[in-house]
Amino acid sequence: MATQATASAKEPDWTKPAAMAIPKEGYFKLQKGRYGPVYPKSPACYGFTLIAKVKPGREEAIREYGRTLEKTVAGLPEALEVLKLHYLRWVLFDIGKDTYFMYQGIFDTDFDKYTEDAVALFSKYGLNTTFENLEGFPEDWKTNAPAFVQFVREHQHPSFLEYGEYPYVSADEIKKALKLKAAFSGMLDLMQ
Amino acid sequence: MLELEDIQHFLISRPSALAARYEFLAFRRSGAGREWLKGILDKVGTAKALASGKPETRWVTIGFTWNGLRALGLNETALATFPEEFRQGIAARAEILGTTGANHPENWVGGLASDELHAIVILFARDVTERERCRQEHREYLHQCDGVKVLSSLDMEAIPPYTHAHEHFGYRDRLSQPAIEGMGDEPAPGSGPAIKPGEFFLGYPDEDGPPARLPQPAVLSRNGSYIAYLRIEEHVGAFRDFLRQQGDTPEEQEWVAAKLMGRWRSGAPLVLSPDKDDPELGGDMQRTNDFNYGKMDPYGYGCPLGAHIRRMNPRDTAANMQRRKMIRRGGTYGPPLPEDKPDDGIERGIAAFVGCASLVRQFEFAMNVWTNDPNFHELGNERDPFVGTQDGTFDMTIPKRPIRKKIVGLPAFTTIRGGAYFFLPGIKALRYLTALS
Repeated sequence: MATQATASAKEPDWTKPAAMAIPKEGYFKLQKGRYGPVYPKSPACYGFTLIAKVKPGREEAIREYGRTLEKTVAGLPEALEVLKLHYLRWVLFDIGKDTYFMYQGIFDTDFDKYTEDAVALFSKYGLNTTFENLEGFPEDWKTNAPAFVQFVREHQHPSFLEYGEYPYVSADEIKKALKLKAAFSGMLDLMQ
Repeated sequence: MLELEDIQHFLISRPSALAARYEFLAFRRSGAGREWLKGILDKVGTAKALASGKPETRWVTIGFTWNGLRALGLNETALATFPEEFRQGIAARAEILGTTGANHPENWVGGLASDELHAIVILFARDVTERERCRQEHREYLHQCDGVKVLSSLDMEAIPPYTHAHEHFGYRDRLSQPAIEGMGDEPAPGSGPAIKPGEFFLGYPDEDGPPARLPQPAVLSRNGSYIAYLRIEEHVGAFRDFLRQQGDTPEEQEWVAAKLMGRWRSGAPLVLSPDKDDPELGGDMQRTNDFNYGKMDPYGYGCPLGAHIRRMNPRDTAANMQRRKMIRRGGTYGPPLPEDKPDDGIERGIAAFVGCASLVRQFEFAMNVWTNDPNFHELGNERDPFVGTQDGTFDMTIPKRPIRKKIVGLPAFTTIRGGAYFFLPGIKALRYLTALS
């Protein structure tokens, strides 16, 4: 659920780029969500940055998962639709001898709903989550959504700054605008 | 197959009752709750007995809060196996549910937000006379139970005409109930497939597979359910005033009333009957749910995106719906307000229960995401017009050609006056609880 601050803010101005400096805790005022504190919507919408240590020898399995997900989405473009995503970025990097996984997402639903929907989605498509290659990930995640959510929350690193060139605009609104543009172009073509 | 002889009837089927009494109890002495439970246990109605239709059928229903289970003597190890949201109780979850402002637990009545609330006993009755007899009988029984105190009570009565269930605003009620797999009920057309029993009753497979992480010991959780209780006052005078402000003619007022709900007051769904009421359709259980939103009304020209029924059951426009279904129970309290009378200040409303196997996944999700998220369906600044927390700062958009109608600053038609999370144990579990020490 949106924070009180954004709940009462009517129609944020997308023409005015905005930046938001975020306190260390990741929120301005503690507001309880179903599984923990609610992270606020920023000019860059909702999002997360998860960083976790990869189990030794599992780096290639994670890279392979990237290829699997590419195929899944190619075959079923609406596969991730319910997550209301803008972008996902998956990164592997080393610190000393250890490999770490960083997962950043920008989306339009709140954190708990995103994670809950993601668990359901992985189960629905029979996908084993790449998270199984991460240290500390609950083995019973398929039947234990709260433990999955807790893992995500424990590995979440809130941004201290987020910026939006067209702030607070949802992916649905962007898609609507592009559809409208396409429809107008088509209409103008017909009028030639 | 469900063990109907061990499941309380409450979430399986409704007794043919026109009245009921809810009593909210505190156990103030060690052992008091167990003694009370022992003496009333054989009156608790099972799903099997209710289905038999015998006249001597018992209709008593009993549920306990987490504090109540502790007061009955359940040990800390077992208590810790219950899910966190149930352990915390509904009052501590107010921010999550969105029950803030006037709806906040600090304003609740009847001791419901207190840690002293231990149990609910529901006495169903055929009519008000029979209810009064049940009330008297329970009162006499309580006199023998030293240390059991009635914190508060609520008398429920159906509103005439009794031909169909409806609430004080005049909307037909009880139109959608999920069909439970294995019960032999065909889901009503448009309602989606039957739901696995584990979504409502602990110990059975749910939509995700075999049961997992149930409270322990197993005898305590098997055939149990969680119920969320909400006492929702309806401001009938304010609602009627609002409709009069919104429309010059009765037809215009009915149109606005229908748009807020997503159904005409007869129950006829706007998706199927967008321009005028169709009472016959409203009451026809084979047709009244036979619609979707994604294909039949994507922009909300029939049923607005923020209408009550579209929020409470987004059908094909939300993900994972089989895991979000709930069983609704409850009814109306307080006297009906005659059509031509101004508000008399008497409290009237709905006392509702939501039954499920996971409060956080089913009930709290519905309250958090569907009811009170201002940005549900990208609406930006709206909440459920009936059960959302309204304070005059939220809007309601009614899509309409050529230009939508936007109601700015929707007033509050309801106030939440109380709530609680109860665990509704099976019969063997109730017996197990009486044997604690």
